Amino acid sequence: MIGRTNNSASHNGSRPTPDLSKPILSVESLTVSFDGFTVLDELDLAIGYGEMRFLIGPNGAGKTTLIDVITGKSKPTKGRIIFDGTTDLSRRQEYQLVRLGVGRKFQTPAIFSSLTVYQNLEVTLGFRSRITGLLRKLRQGDGDRIMSTLEEVGLQHRAQDIAGGLSHGEKQWLEIGMLLVQEPKLLLLDEPVAGMTRRERDRTGELLQSIGGARSVLVVEHDMDFVRQFAQTVTVLHLGKVLSEGTMEEVQQDPEVVRAYLGNSRSQRPQAGRLNGRREAEHAAPVAAD
Amino acid sequence: MTTMSSIMTVVRNASAPVRMHDRIGSWIAPAIMLAVLLAAPAVLSDFRIALLGKFLTFAMLAVSLNLIWGYAGMLSLGHGVFFGLGGYAMAMFLKLESAGGKLPDFMFWSGLTELPFFWAPFKYAWFAIPMTFVVPAVLAGALGYLVFRSRITGVYFALITQALALIVSILFIGQQAYTGGTNGITNYTTIFGYPLNAPSMQLILYYASVAALVAAYLLCWWLISSRLGRLLVAMRDDENRVRFSGYDPAVLKTLVFSLSAGIAGVAGALFTPQVGIISPTMMGIVPSIEIAIWVAVGGRGVLLGAVIGAVVVNGAKSGLSESFPAVWQYFLGLLFIGAVLLFPSGIMGLLRGEGWQRPWWLSREQVRGAISRLIPGATR
Repeated sequence: MIGRTNNSASHNGSRPTPDLSKPILSVESLTVSFDGFTVLDELDLAIGYGEMRFLIGPNGAGKTTLIDVITGKSKPTKGRIIFDGTTDLSRRQEYQLVRLGVGRKFQTPAIFSSLTVYQNLEVTLGFRSRITGLLRKLRQGDGDRIMSTLEEVGLQHRAQDIAGGLSHGEKQWLEIGMLLVQEPKLLLLDEPVAGMTRRERDRTGELLQSIGGARSVLVVEHDMDFVRQFAQTVTVLHLGKVLSEGTMEEVQQDPEVVRAYLGNSRSQRPQAGRLNGRREAEHAAPVAAD
Repeated sequence: MTTMSSIMTVVRNASAPVRMHDRIGSWIAPAIMLAVLLAAPAVLSDFRIALLGKFLTFAMLAVSLNLIWGYAGMLSLGHGVFFGLGGYAMAMFLKLESAGGKLPDFMFWSGLTELPFFWAPFKYAWFAIPMTFVVPAVLAGALGYLVFRSRITGVYFALITQALALIVSILFIGQQAYTGGTNGITNYTTIFGYPLNAPSMQLILYYASVAALVAAYLLCWWLISSRLGRLLVAMRDDENRVRFSGYDPAVLKTLVFSLSAGIAGVAGALFTPQVGIISPTMMGIVPSIEIAIWVAVGGRGVLLGAVIGAVVVNGAKSGLSESFPAVWQYFLGLLFIGAVLLFPSGIMGLLRGEGWQRPWWLSREQVRGAISRLIPGATR
């Protein structure tokens, strides 16, 4: 909205259609170091158009750092991130990346708590308008788009409620809705089901399946039951590198992966449980009466 | 059950009392206040009208601070500077008119022999009057952009603006030949050729203050009711989410801070001719903090609250400091603590029936809540 950016052209579709056989996101030998400590180490990763990819890995594998670099929050030490065929993401500001079509959901829900649910989407929808455009009323079509997005994330009945009063799960859906209304090409979700009840988790999984296809989605997740239930392709990250890639069954049987999750110290053993076993505590959590 | 309760929610939100409440807040209460202000000269003495006229410039100043603090969450403790710069720009015009082509008296006393170059254009009203807005807006814009671009927010922003108040007031005191030093700029007798202290001129200035306040109020109202206004509130709630929603908060904050400073400057320009003096004491740290107290007492995040807060606190100040000059500062301090801890939505909150916080139970959460309402992000 501020300054002229040429990316609005891509939104209007005046750019040539990208080659869909190529990846929408191509991470090429990406290295990120903080104070000499290498978090991402020559990482290569590609995500196709319309693909939903799950990213798993033990603590410290570099999952959140990868998302930080893709969204401009951290800068890479080395390497490139090519988005939509041509654009290198690694030299741009956060808000510019959003306008290119990269949407990010944070681990803890980041919403505007004193606005209504409707207004939350209204704010994010205006991201391509100029300041003068924001002084004008919303067009009818945009209002309909907000309502249909709210329907998509199951919050249409809360449209006029103050967002701060939503439950944790509803806030997570609201944030996803705030991204969806912007029609991003690539959606990055950092632990979207953390802290959710089982019922909320299942609804989120269904939501992810319904939004996939039209856009590419990268999900970082710790909840292995959830990954097993909803993931088609899984990438395992370990010590800043891709350790394994494939279906959940394939990566689970990969001895490298098992070793990574087991580690060589006893203290890391619960992580193995998280990969292969069921999370008892999660299941014992009360299911919200609806 | 879910469907039922959701239907009930929708029904409750659309119900008449809520809308009525909104309408009282947005139109009826301001309209009544405006009618009272327009009718006041028929009832009050010239002295009281002069006083009220001064309060109205403070109200306009408070509205400008409420725009950035109450909505966008930026507490400026340097708004006295912007008010003062507008006041000085106006005073330069008035002083040059009164000097009648000669060197202003204080410059002569300080040993200057000719008018400094930056004073010269201020003899023209067409230059001086726009400058009352432009000078503070440009200063705020430049400072704001540097600060916001570096993602300095919350407490640090408040401290930097407070430092600005200190620096500018010391600078103005030190440059006596150009600014009149501690005494400021005073002893002007006419405006556009008419005597300044004539009751009819004071009445004109009073109505000009009412008009300027209404204009500033409507401008801010239009802004905050737009989607841009919602975006400002969104920045107060979660600036990072705004950034990751495709906006550049630095640009938005700079623009609104600059606009707010410009409005404060125009308020200062109306203050100077009514009071007859502008001096560095209006720009220092203490007056800048007082402005924040007016807004907090009146009600942050409600435009009318700033107007009510400025008039009520200053009314109490002139009443109390006439009879008990020693206790006024203590009273003001207590009022601020009260507005932060006990009635966080100010007078507007009390009028809306939001009630008091329990004063005897200052739990950690209560104090943290109070502080983060004061400066969003302060306790993060």
